[in-house]
Amino acid sequence: MTVLGRFPALAGIDLEVAAGEIVVLRGPNGAGKTTLLRLCAGLLPVARGEAAVLGHDLTNGRQRRDLRSRVGLLGHATGLYDELTVTDNVRFWGRAAGAPAADIDAALTACGLDGRLADLSVARLSAGQRRRTSLACLLSRRPELWLLDEPHAGLDQEGRDLLDGLVRLAVASGATVLLASHELERAEALADRLVTIVGGTTDTSTPPAAPAGSTEEPVLVP
Amino acid sequence: MFRDAALMVGKDLRIEWRSRVTTQQIAPFALLVILLFGMALDPDRGILARASAGLFWVAVLFCSLLAIQRAFTIEAADGGRDALRLSGLDPAGVFLGKAAAIAVQLVALEVVLAVGVVVIYGAEVTGFPLLIATCLAATAGLAAAGTLYGVLAAGLRVRETLLPILLLPVLAPVLIGATRSFEAALGGVASDGWPWCGLLVAFALLYLTFGTLAFGTLLEES
Repeated sequence: MTVLGRFPALAGIDLEVAAGEIVVLRGPNGAGKTTLLRLCAGLLPVARGEAAVLGHDLTNGRQRRDLRSRVGLLGHATGLYDELTVTDNVRFWGRAAGAPAADIDAALTACGLDGRLADLSVARLSAGQRRRTSLACLLSRRPELWLLDEPHAGLDQEGRDLLDGLVRLAVASGATVLLASHELERAEALADRLVTIVGGTTDTSTPPAAPAGSTEEPVLVP
Repeated sequence: MFRDAALMVGKDLRIEWRSRVTTQQIAPFALLVILLFGMALDPDRGILARASAGLFWVAVLFCSLLAIQRAFTIEAADGGRDALRLSGLDPAGVFLGKAAAIAVQLVALEVVLAVGVVVIYGAEVTGFPLLIATCLAATAGLAAAGTLYGVLAAGLRVRETLLPILLLPVLAPVLIGATRSFEAALGGVASDGWPWCGLLVAFALLYLTFGTLAFGTLLEES
């Protein structure tokens, strides 16, 4: 459980995610999907209960901070600087995570940002182009755990296909994905497992399908 | 830490170069303050020349508030603070980088203001080395304390109005020390100013040390 302001949140979450799995979180607005993703990113403290991500105990402040460099969060806010160009933004966040220049250039190319968009300032981009830039920032960091909050929002058909392709590619190279989405058809096609959250509680009426077959240590154990 | 500081200062100065807030808004504001002091006090150049040290530093103090607000406004937009916390950057490096970027902008403003004070107030420079040392030490102190209080106020809804209330009393020793030191450098006996310059160096070192140690906690809580 975590606390938002004075209110307890995620009081009844029981979830285990295996390495290399794509888990889609679904549920109504305000159910706690975004809060769960932020908690898994190490941005929120755990007030009560047990939670561990990639072996980091989230009840421990130092371990929570150490976890952050190993996860990538694509949220509603992009974290981009409007005054900088697309390339400047991706380079800054990539270098901040210690990514080599080749990975940063590869991320720009993979997200279709190496053409005329590369030198545009972020303030001039559409919502979908901002999303792609944000995705390139995440990709350049090569996180072990991808936390995606409504990642398809604002993207056109091409962008959505690109995102799904990158998610599958990341999982193929060993990453794990936790994705919150309202776009059930697309999310279901991507997911190894669907988890429904209602009122901060995992809904046990949704029987999880068998995980993707990994026998490694669990990535996420809130 | 220093690699992260260099990355941060490069990013902040690039944003400033693109947005030109310092050159097109803060610098004209600084000159206006100098001009308005000149018109309000007395057209008699004798009084203005004697008061020029204090008026210069009051103008610098006002400008530093604007520069500090601006430095944290760019981080507040579109989830920048969360992105910084997830970035893997050393908080001490973020502190030093942001303080250095503010200091560079303040030094540029001080050059403009110094020309204004000499031309408009008719101030006479007699201790050039003391003048330079005072500017550098006072600027380091202003930037370090400003960055520390800037992040403290950054997460609050009322940060624009709260920051001056929090920061101005803290910066009073800088105003007093820099004014006394400048009085010695502008028509006074230069040797009288060096002890005040020493006070400014001590203030800067104190806040640089404290900021390096405490910035991470403050960024976490903001």
